[in-house]
Amino acid sequence: MYQYLDDLESRSLYIIREAYKRVDPLAMLWSIGKDSTALLWMVRKAFYGRVPFPLVLLDTEMELDEVYAFRDKLVKDWDLPMKSELCPPEEDMDKTLPPATRAAMRKTEGLRNLLEKEKYRGIIAGIRRDEQAMRAKERVFSPRTLDGDWDYKDQPAEFWDQYKTEFPDGCHVRIHPLLHWTELDIWRYTKRENIPYVSLYLAKDGKRYRSLGEKNITFPVDSEAATIDDIIHELETTKTAERSGRAMDKETEDSFERLRASGYM
Amino acid sequence: MSDDILKYQQLRVVIVGHVDHGKSTLIGRLLHDTDSLPDGKLEELEAICKRRGTDALEWSFVLDAMQAERDQAVTIDTTQIWFSTALREYVIIDAPGHREFLKNMISGAAAADAAILVVDAVEGVQEQTRRHAYLLHLLGLRQVSVVINKLDTVGYDTERFQVVAKDIVTYLQSIGLSASHIVPISARHGDMIAARGDNMSWYQGKTLVDVLDSFEVAMPPLARGLRFPVQDVYRYDDKRIVVGRVETGILRKGDTVLFSPTNEKAVVTSIEVWPDDKDKVEAHAGESVGITLDQKIFVERGHIASHETNPPMLSNVFRAHLFWLSQKPLRVGNSYKIRYGTHEAMVTVQSIDKMIDTQDLAQSDEVGDVERNAVAEVTLRARELLPVDPYIDNFRTGRIVLYDGYDVVGGGTISMDGYADQRRSIKPKSDNLYEVELLTSYEARAQKNGHYGAVFWFTGLSGAGKSTLAMAVEKELFEKGYYSYVLDGDNVRHGLNVDLGFSPEDRAENIRRVGEVAALMADAGQVVVSAFISPYREDRDRARAAAPARFFEIFVKADLSTCEQRDPKGLYKKARAGKLPEFTGIDSPYESPENPELVVDTQHNDIDTCVQQIIRYIEQNIVLSEKEGHKIVALS
Repeated sequence: MYQYLDDLESRSLYIIREAYKRVDPLAMLWSIGKDSTALLWMVRKAFYGRVPFPLVLLDTEMELDEVYAFRDKLVKDWDLPMKSELCPPEEDMDKTLPPATRAAMRKTEGLRNLLEKEKYRGIIAGIRRDEQAMRAKERVFSPRTLDGDWDYKDQPAEFWDQYKTEFPDGCHVRIHPLLHWTELDIWRYTKRENIPYVSLYLAKDGKRYRSLGEKNITFPVDSEAATIDDIIHELETTKTAERSGRAMDKETEDSFERLRASGYM
Repeated sequence: MSDDILKYQQLRVVIVGHVDHGKSTLIGRLLHDTDSLPDGKLEELEAICKRRGTDALEWSFVLDAMQAERDQAVTIDTTQIWFSTALREYVIIDAPGHREFLKNMISGAAAADAAILVVDAVEGVQEQTRRHAYLLHLLGLRQVSVVINKLDTVGYDTERFQVVAKDIVTYLQSIGLSASHIVPISARHGDMIAARGDNMSWYQGKTLVDVLDSFEVAMPPLARGLRFPVQDVYRYDDKRIVVGRVETGILRKGDTVLFSPTNEKAVVTSIEVWPDDKDKVEAHAGESVGITLDQKIFVERGHIASHETNPPMLSNVFRAHLFWLSQKPLRVGNSYKIRYGTHEAMVTVQSIDKMIDTQDLAQSDEVGDVERNAVAEVTLRARELLPVDPYIDNFRTGRIVLYDGYDVVGGGTISMDGYADQRRSIKPKSDNLYEVELLTSYEARAQKNGHYGAVFWFTGLSGAGKSTLAMAVEKELFEKGYYSYVLDGDNVRHGLNVDLGFSPEDRAENIRRVGEVAALMADAGQVVVSAFISPYREDRDRARAAAPARFFEIFVKADLSTCEQRDPKGLYKKARAGKLPEFTGIDSPYESPENPELVVDTQHNDIDTCVQQIIRYIEQNIVLSEKEGHKIVALS
């Protein structure tokens, strides 16, 4: 079923193995959501059941309860090298930002602290181009400046599967093995491979989460999709944006742009 | 092929063209007309346009998500967007048309299956129209259609359409591309996008959406020779798994595979995936897999596995058709890192052979540096033998990306025209360790001597000055402290080759022996200068193969009449009198080198100039690099 997924998967495995070979030390952000969990599954495929680098949750302590429970179960079942990085409090964030954007900025600062401490040269993240227009411009290997900023106006050329993998000291690279996947692809793949997912994605009382973020800035959307097949069917017909339940994307025209340029996933 | 692939496979289409010819507008309109805009996007768009003081809808705002792009109304980076027609799903890649952002256009276009070239009906074919078309061709895209946009601004005039269409068709033909369709459209008003509209009843062809649906999804290149570049080697439990992606062909369990450049062979004992699948016995082009082997041969990242019958060529020199992206121009003598597949090597620009003006396609032999956004043909040389495929044989492995320091600075395709395969017959595989030891000692001797051993092979007509130059060069090398030696007719004809005459077979054998001796001496650390007419390319190529990556062909050039006039040994006179049959240049041919590493013109330059030219060239190629110098310190 869905053979085209083999092609998407193969490309992701190639990218994951490139990252492991060329960038050291390396870590992967695991937000416990459907995308990074599918990505985690592919990491295990790439390394024959192993996860050869730490998985990091940028923890705001504001994730939904089901998310924490799901993480604990998978860490145990799959014997995962899990690591949590507590994000600094909201009071410390830039006061000029609108409230939800400010809350989201906590993850950016958490990541900055993590990089400072662990000196990671590469961070694998499960973002996709179809999620959001800013992310559509991303590279597979996306360099960050010394300050952690994304210089989206001057990105390296990237073609023929040759990536920019070397950097001056102090810089790091974000690696995006899922960039070419869509939300629908991820669900079809999750179904085909029988990958576990947080039950909050399934509709209860006419509502479900399409995208999981912190409880203060993420909201369920109207849906009757109570099974994974329902979700796939819903996505094949819907015209509602995936991140429509994410408050920070909409506060101002450039909220997300400002978040990303300063290091947000 | 299952229905599933046809139904779900996404076709990736890049939209290119000159700045302001309406690419982003076209995409916004395409999304709207195929009912692919997310709910609320149209309202959002109307609100943004009103806030910015424009009444008309700016369809390009749909895509130009970045603040900076909206303000400048120019697409900076490539972006991607998903939509579907009744037939299938699409990924639309929007590539910037501005000259400044060519690297972003290439990043977008290189990932596409097909391309739409947008041309403004008023402005017609412009600089970036041509450049983009040329780059599509160089990137290997073969499915291209053209839309002539903004027909509304010329009153939907059929004649204007014909004029612009003719211009672009002529250009495309001249670079070997043909447009499958040419569609007149108005992106702003939606004519001939999804619906035909009422304004162009004179046009009988397909709408843009129908054109998109007529493109074909690229099928994996299964029919090409197997190429499996090694990406990494994992040691898990007691298994050694060689991982990589099959670039072309099919890899099967039980296949004997040959690794290049090492020439090592082994049998594939399993194809490894996770979760374990014992039924997995073959991997097709495009699949990322792992394999295990029956032999513990040395394999590492960059080696390329193939079948024995159809391996890549081995060469340390090749020609590349490049586009250049860096602010710093490409210059002769500069070194760059190249990557192709998983292979990586340092190369030096030996020569810039041709500059190509993408505007009028003039090919100029008058070459300067290759500036940013230019296209050129260059000859690149590596220190070691590289496994290479010409692009015409393998479009996956036959293309390279160039790096300067940390940055990607160019890319292009490989041509091997005029270069010989330097692979020697496959060696018996019992002596692997011995082989490694030998390689090490060449390096060690170089460290001790302070320079590499190499063969500098002079070829040219009798009287061109080979021996004279060889003696002078050797003297100077010796005085400078290099270990050097000259091989020429005088010191081999009397001993090593005393049994050989001047028949074609004997001449070939003469050169074969000299080539082998020179190779041994180079391996022993000597700088060998050989001075033989060596008129046949085949013989010289064989000598080159004897000393892979350490062989430098130097063409000592003077025309026949000059040589005959000089005639230092009176040989031409004898030959003309019929006393020396089969004399090269008189009644036996001289095959000039097609790609010599160096040409020394003795006809127009004096001896001293020529000697200095050669000495400079030799020193460049035998000195230890700074990095290698450090290695000595680290080793001792």
